[in-house]
This record gives sequence, C-alpha cells and structure tokens, in this order.
Amino acid sequence: MTAFILRRSLQSILVLFIMSLIVFVGVNLIGDPVDMLINPESDQAEIERVIKELGLDRPVFEQYWYFLVNAFQGDLGKSFVFGEPALKLIVQRMPATFELALFSLSIAVVFGIPLGVYAGLKPDSRVSKTIMAGSILGFSMPTFWVGIILIMFFSVNLGWLPSTGRGDVATVFGITSSIFTLDGLSHIFLPAFNLALFKLSSVIRLARAGTREIILQDYIKFARAKGLSERRVINVHLLKNILIPIVTIIGLEFGSLIAFSTVTETVFAWPGMGKLIIEAIYNLDRPIIVAYLMIIVLIFVTLNLIVDITYSLLDPRVRIKGES
Amino acid sequence: MAEVTANAQSQAYSSSGWRKFWADYSESPLAVVALLIFGSILFIAIFAPFVSPTNPYDLTTVDIMNSRLPPGSEDFAGNIYLLGTDGAGRDMLSSIFFGLRVSLGVGALSGLIALIVGAILGLSAAYYGGRYETFVMRIVDIQLSFPSILMALVILAIFGKGVEKTIIALILVQWAYYARAARASALVEKNKEYVEAAKCLALGDRRIILNHITPNCMAPLIVVGTLQTAHAISLEATLSFLGLGLPVTEPSLGLLIGNGFEFMYSGDYWISIFPGIALLITIVSINLVGDQLRDMFNPRLQR
Repeated sequence: MTAFILRRSLQSILVLFIMSLIVFVGVNLIGDPVDMLINPESDQAEIERVIKELGLDRPVFEQYWYFLVNAFQGDLGKSFVFGEPALKLIVQRMPATFELALFSLSIAVVFGIPLGVYAGLKPDSRVSKTIMAGSILGFSMPTFWVGIILIMFFSVNLGWLPSTGRGDVATVFGITSSIFTLDGLSHIFLPAFNLALFKLSSVIRLARAGTREIILQDYIKFARAKGLSERRVINVHLLKNILIPIVTIIGLEFGSLIAFSTVTETVFAWPGMGKLIIEAIYNLDRPIIVAYLMIIVLIFVTLNLIVDITYSLLDPRVRIKGES
Repeated sequence: MAEVTANAQSQAYSSSGWRKFWADYSESPLAVVALLIFGSILFIAIFAPFVSPTNPYDLTTVDIMNSRLPPGSEDFAGNIYLLGTDGAGRDMLSSIFFGLRVSLGVGALSGLIALIVGAILGLSAAYYGGRYETFVMRIVDIQLSFPSILMALVILAIFGKGVEKTIIALILVQWAYYARAARASALVEKNKEYVEAAKCLALGDRRIILNHITPNCMAPLIVVGTLQTAHAISLEATLSFLGLGLPVTEPSLGLLIGNGFEFMYSGDYWISIFPGIALLITIVSINLVGDQLRDMFNPRLQR
C-alpha cells in the first residue's frame, strides 16, 4: 500500500513538473518573457531590476530553475492590472469558486439520486421517460447557453433571482460564504444550478443504471420476501448500494466542476478564480495566467491522487494490477 | 466472444452493403429524424451563401438603422427579418446560417485531424506494444484526467486566439479519445488470423496497420468521431462565447450568442437565443445519430 501511494505521488509530482515545463516553455517560446512577465508600463530602471530579480538575464536552463524556485516560494509574479502578487489574488478568489462548485455538487446529488432511482424503478412510466429525455438535454446543452436562458427567464423576465455577483456573505464557524445569508443564497442559486446541470444529468443516469441492476439482485428479493416495506427496501438496501459508484464518480468530477466554473462564473459575473483567469486572458495579465495554470494543475493532480488512493483502498485489484 | 460478434457485425455491413446498414439504423425513428435534421443543417452550412436571405457580412446591404429589430419585423425596404436583427442590423437568420458554416467547419476539421492523429498513435501503440505503448497510453491517461475545457483554456491562454489556434486546441483536446478507442479495438484485431497471415506474407508493418487492421477498427472510431465532433462544436462555441476562441472575423454560433448576451438584459432575447437553439439542435442531432451508431456496433445489444 505504502509503495503504491509513494509511486502514485511520485507520478503526480512528475506531472506537475511536466506541466510547469510546458507553461514555462509556452511563455518563453511564444513571446519575449521580458514582455510577458514585466508590466509594460514600468520604466527602464524598474525593468532592469525585475529582469535581475526574475533571472531573465541568465541562460534558459537557469531561468527555468529560477521559475521553479520562485514558484515553490509562492512567488509567481505580480499582476499587471492589480499590482498585487498573482498567487494572492487567486487564493483570495478561491473560496467563491469552491463554494459554487460544492453547492452545485449538492444540487446534483440531492436532485439527481431521487430522480434517477425513480426512473430506474419505473423505467416505462411517462415521468421516467421525461426525466431521461431531460438528462440527454442536460448533457447536450452547452453550459454557457443554459446560463443565458436561466438569466433570461429568472432574472430578466420574471425578476425573481439576481443574475450577477455573489451577494452578501456571512461568516459561520470561520467559513465565509454567501450560503449563510438569504441574499447570498438567492445569488448562488442560478449559477449553481447552471453548473450543476451537467453533473445532475450524469447522476440521474448513474442512479438509474445502478437501480436497474441492483433491483434484480437476490438480496433485494430477499428483503422483499422478508416482508420489509418497499420504502425500507429502497432507502436502505437499494440506496446504500448505488451510492458507492455515484460518490466515487462525483469525487472524480469535482475537479471538472472547478474547470467548468470558468464559464459559469463569466456568465453570472461570479467573483471566483474562473472569472479572474478569463479576465486575465483578455487583459494579457500573464502572471495571473501562469499562476492560475499552476494552481489548477496542482488541484487536479491532488484530486486525481486522492481518487486513485481511494480506489485502491476500495478495490484491492487496482493496487495489485498497478504493482505487477 | 463479444469481439467475435462485433467483427461479424462489421463484416456483415461490408458484405451486404448499405441496405443492411440502413435497415439497422432506421430501427429507431428518432435516429432517422435526427439524421434528417443533421442532413439539413449540413446542407445549410455548405450552401449558406445561397440559402441565406441576405449576406450578413456584406456592408452594403446591412443598415445600422435596422438594428435590434424583433423577430418577424419588416424594414423600410420591405425586407422581412424572420428571426430579427442583431445590434449591427444584420439579419439573424442569415447570421445563423453563416455561423453554422463556421461552427461545423471548425468542428469537422479539428475532429478529422484529431481522428487521424489519434488513430495512428493508438493503432501503432497497440501493434508495437512495449515501452512505446506504455508511453503513449500514459500520455493519454494523463490528458484524459483533465477536463477538455481546461486543456483548451491552457492552450488558448498561452497561444492567444485565432482560427488555427482554436483548431489546434480542439485537436489537442480530442486526439486522446481517438487514440484510446483505436488502441482498444486494435488490441483485439492484431491477434486475429488475418493479421498473422499478413505477417506470414512478410508485409510491412505500415501496410498491415493501414490496409488490414485499420478498416476493421473503423466502426468504433466512427462512433467516437460523431460524438466527439458534437463535443468539439460545443467546446468551440463555449470558447468563442468567452472571447477566447475564434476572432470576430469568423463569427461562429458561439460568437453570435456572445454578441447577443449584452442585449439580453434589455429584453432583446432573440439575438442570443436563436443562435443557441441552432447550436442545440446541431449538437443534439449529432449526438442522437452517434448514439444510434453506437448501439448498432455494440455487440452486447445484438438483435
């Protein structure tokens, strides 16, 4: 087990290293790093100073070394637009993105599992067919367009929910979030639903497939034969067994929620790190771009590592196959 | 066992031709409707300059006075704008027709190149095996562990926007899916007797891969190709909407939706909604066709 975790961790570090190399080479090859990493509005003396500081007067190999060393020290340059360290700006925006992603995930699970189980229990009913057709639509509709439709209906036409910003935030148990205020909740609902739609569709499909498979198992028949109420059979015997694959997939997909939040955040002007990176790309605010890429790769590599290790704990075959 | 039937199925298509293929395909009426719709969309996209009521990018006919007309309105010259006009006075219907052309073109071109690149890497990985295979598949695994939007974002953030850059980004995002599918089916094929026979004839590796193995791996690749193209079109629309994909000189559906977004708050819904509906119909019809193809080639669902 330890060997497995160790080897997986080493692989993750390797991926991180390769990605840093790609970003570094990208920044260096596409343009002059002096133009890319130094604010074009600074004067000659300032430029000289930063070139020295970043080691841009050194050979390329040494430059990469400096880039790595600086990155390890949490220094990925200063934003041109905000004049603050890029990393600090991103970390500041991170809670808003995580809050949105987690809220979306809850929507997907809370609505997806009951709908999917229902569709699995009564596959031929009209309601089930509607649910499944809806899930196909949810898969096909581009996230940004759904966001626009939601804004049109709920904000412009009906005027029920606000369409931009995060609203009021409150701090409970040291966590600052907009889900603790009524205003914040009204702000988070539309973007979270928008972001959740794709995941909602996959949870419905997974729950339906799982239900249809498990309902035929002997232990369900036995539970029914024992005379347990249908409610108990479903809530305990069925639900427990379909939850395992769903929870794993959801965990795996959390990273993609964060990636897709760039789209949702832009549509709903949600002040998270996704909106920050899109704006940085517009403004050619390169330190932010580099820092965002490094952070998101770090998040992904960590998530993948956690998922891999969890898998190997749940299913020893993964571990054995990996070792042979 | 499953692979044997899969191969028998794909052979059946090659021997008795398109009639059998169509008989299987048309078992699902929904898939037939989807194919018809997709056919019409393809027709419109190819012949956009001829079927559009106006040329939305001909500055001599576009009048700023006609901007943001609601659907069905008529201008002073008597032209009717079925789907209204956008902020610059362009006819939405014509813009959508031209947009379909760009969206489908970028999607199909990137899909095709990704298919070729992915298939070559996947097939050769399966054929040669060993360290080369491990290396290629490791890259595929790593790439597939990142969501496609993120990969595209990384590439476009580094390179900047543009038509070629968007196409390159879409290729780099998609090739891994093709490589995986190609390798999976080539692994089955390479141990079959006909490959052995070809090897006994001392045919070159390239010839065996291209002329013998590739034709037998086409079925799954076509399925992946259909679904991936829909995905590529959607991804391109997303990137263009964000202003990172295509430049304004190549207005795809995503750009049209993005242009209309700012007018949304003042209630001019049609500038954003109609290109979106066109995009949705395109994606859904391709997905339905792809789903049906997948069911047809799936040995577990043999009828």
